[in-house]
Amino acid sequence: MHQPHAEPRRSIYYRYQVFDAWLPSMHPGPQRHAVVIAGAGPIGLVAALELARHGVKCVLLESERQVSEGSRAIVFTRRSMEILQQVGVAHRVTQNGLPWRFGNSVYRGQRVFRMEAPHDPDDRFFPMINLQQQYLEEYLVDAVRANPLIELRWGNRVNAVTQDGQGATLDVDTPEGPYTLQTNWLVAADGARSGIRSMLDLKLEGASYEGRFIIADIRIDLPLPTERLAFFDPDWNPGNTILMHREPHGIWRVDYQLPPGEDAEAALKPESLKARIDAQLAMIGHAGVPWAMDWCSVYSARALTLPDYVHGRVLFTGDAAHLLPIFGVRGANTGFQDAQALAWRLAFVVKGLAAAPLLAGYSSERVGAAREIIDEAGKSTRFMTPPTRGFRLLRDAVLSLSLSEPFVGPLYHWRTSRPHEYRDSPANSAGDDNALFQAGPGHGAPPQNVRLGADDHLLDHLDHCFALLYFTEDAAVPDALTEVVNELRAKGLPLRVIAVGSAQPVAGADDTLADADGHLRVRYGVLASGAAYLLRPDQHVCARWMGLDATRLRAALVNAAGLNKEV
Amino acid sequence: MGPNTLSIPGLEQVYDALATAIDAAGPEKTELFLVKLALLNANALADPAVFQVHIDAALKDL
Ligand SMILES: Cc1cc2nc3c(=O)[nH]c(=O)nc-3n(C[C@H](O)[C@H](O)[C@H](O)COP(=O)(O)OP(=O)(O)OC[C@H]3O[C@@H](n4cnc5c(N)ncnc54)[C@H](O)[C@@H]3O)c2cc1C
Repeated sequence: MHQPHAEPRRSIYYRYQVFDAWLPSMHPGPQRHAVVIAGAGPIGLVAALELARHGVKCVLLESERQVSEGSRAIVFTRRSMEILQQVGVAHRVTQNGLPWRFGNSVYRGQRVFRMEAPHDPDDRFFPMINLQQQYLEEYLVDAVRANPLIELRWGNRVNAVTQDGQGATLDVDTPEGPYTLQTNWLVAADGARSGIRSMLDLKLEGASYEGRFIIADIRIDLPLPTERLAFFDPDWNPGNTILMHREPHGIWRVDYQLPPGEDAEAALKPESLKARIDAQLAMIGHAGVPWAMDWCSVYSARALTLPDYVHGRVLFTGDAAHLLPIFGVRGANTGFQDAQALAWRLAFVVKGLAAAPLLAGYSSERVGAAREIIDEAGKSTRFMTPPTRGFRLLRDAVLSLSLSEPFVGPLYHWRTSRPHEYRDSPANSAGDDNALFQAGPGHGAPPQNVRLGADDHLLDHLDHCFALLYFTEDAAVPDALTEVVNELRAKGLPLRVIAVGSAQPVAGADDTLADADGHLRVRYGVLASGAAYLLRPDQHVCARWMGLDATRLRAALVNAAGLNKEV
Repeated sequence: MGPNTLSIPGLEQVYDALATAIDAAGPEKTELFLVKLALLNANALADPAVFQVHIDAALKDL
C-alpha cells in the first residue's frame, strides 16, 4: 500500500499544503482515459495545462500529496516565462519572483568576469527570474485545480506499466491499495528517477559526469543585489566552485562542490554545513551575519538523455527524458519546452487530426535540444570541475590570467539555457522563403516578442492555435488564403489569422495589429505587404514567406500539423 | 613554420627570456606559467588552426 507523507514538509518560509489522496473506492467503475500523465512536477503540470488548452482531457497521477521539497529549480528563463504565460501563471511568477540579468565570476576576491544577459526593450519578461520551485508548482497546481479538463490525483503512484498498440495499462497504488487504469497515451513526467523509464528498461545515453554539489537554502539578510555569484577556487574549498543566488523571502541558495571522495552524508551534517557556509560568508566579507538553514541536499550533475522520447504509447518528457546539469539553468527550463513541444502534437493525435508519426517530430526536436545542451554543458562543467590534469591546468591558467587579462573572461561564462531553434525539424516548410529573409526568427526559432504598446506584446496575442501573421495594408485577407484557412479549420485545425499593418480591422483576420510605426515589420524582416509568418501552437516558426499564396500556405500547414491524408 | 619567423638575435632573446622566466616561476609553477604563456600567445596569434599546428609540432619527439 502506497503511503505518501501526510505531514506537511518542513520549511521556515514556505507553508506546505497536504491534499487529500484520490481513492479508487470513491470512484467505482472501469478506468479508461485518452491521456494519463504520470508525475505532477512542473513538467507534468505544464503538459496537462497545455493539453487542456487544446480541449484534451487528462488524468494526472502524483505519487506525493504535496508539492516538492526545497527550492530545487530557482531560476526561470524568459522563454519559460513565455510558456508559463500561455498556461496562465506567468503573472504570479512576476509578482513574486526576483528578476535579474547579471552574473559575476569572482576569483581571489576580484570580479574577473561580468555576464550581462541581453534584455531587449521588446521583451515582456526579464532574461531570468528567481523563484523557488514549490511556489511555481503551487501556481501550476492552482491552475490545474481550476481546470475542469484535468483530474489531478494526489497520492497515486504508478507501480507497473504494460502496453500494446492501442495503449497502456497501469497499476496504480494508493493509500487504500491498488487499482488498474487504462490509457491510450501515457506521458511519463515522473522525474529524474523515472520508474517508468526503468519499467520499460530504457537506458540513458551520454557521459555520466559525476560532480556532486551540496545545495543549501539559508535565510540570511545580505546587502547584495539579485545577480548570480560564482566563486572559483576559494581558499576554503580549493579547486572547487561556489554559486550563490538570491531567492524570494530572504532566502539565499548556496551551491558548492564536494571535493572528490568526500562522503555526502558527512557533508550534510549540520557542523560540516555550518563550517563551510560560515567560511563562504567570511570570504565575501559578511562573517558573523546570522543565518538559519531551511533545506539542504546533495545533487549530482549529470548530462544524459534518452535517445528517443517516444516508445509506443509512452511519451517521455522533462527529467524523465533527460538529466541535465542545473548549471546554466537547464532542468525545469528545458522541460517546459519539452512539454510545450509535446502537448500540441499529442492533442492533434488524440483528436484524430494527425496520425501518430507526428509525435516523432517531438522526439527529434527535443532529443536534439538535449544533445546540444549536453554538449554545451560539458564545456561549462569542464571549466567548473576539471575532469583531468590537463583541464585543471588550463582552468588554473585561465583563473590566473583573468586577474590581468580580460580576454579569457568569457571562459567563465557558462552558456545559459536558451530556447532551441528547430532548424532541421520536419515541421519546417520546404517550399517557403525562409532563406530570403534578412531579419526575424527563422525556421524552427521561437518568435521574437515585440512590444506593441503599454502592456501589450505580440506573444500576448497568441494562444493554443497555429498563428498566421499576415502582413498587409489591405482591407481584407485575399480570398484564396481565406479559403484555405476555412477549409482546414473546418477539419478541426486550430488556426488564427493575425493581420499586421492596417489601422482598420482586416476582413478575414481574427485580430489586427496596426503596427503604426512599422516596428513589428522591421523586426520580422518584412519588406512588403503580402509577407507572412506561420507559427506553430508552441509558437516556433515553421514557415515564412515574402509573398504568401494559397498553395504554399496549405502545404505548410498540412506538413507542420501532420494532417491525416484523409482529412 | 610560417613566413613570420624570428631573426636569430630575436630567437636568442626569446630563448634566454623563457629560460629565465621558468627559473623565476620555480618548479611548482612552471607548468602553470607555460600554459598561461601559451594562452597569451594563442590570443596574439588569433588563429586556432595555426595554434593546433604548433601543438602538434610540440607534441612530436617528446
Ligand atoms: C536537489 C535538487 C536541486 C535542483 N536545483 C535545480 C536548480 O537550481 N535549477 C534547475 O533548473 N533545476 C534544478 N533541479 C532540477 C529540477 O528540479 C528539475 O529539472 C525539475 O523539477 C524537473 O521537473 P519534472 O516535472 O520533469 O520532474 P520532478 O520535478 O522530479 O517531478 C516528478 C514528479 O513525479 C512524481 N512521481 C515520481 N514517480 C512517480 C510514479 N511512479 N507515479 C506517480 N508520480 C510519480 C514525483 O513525486 C514528482 O512530483 C534540482 C533538482 C534537485 C533534485
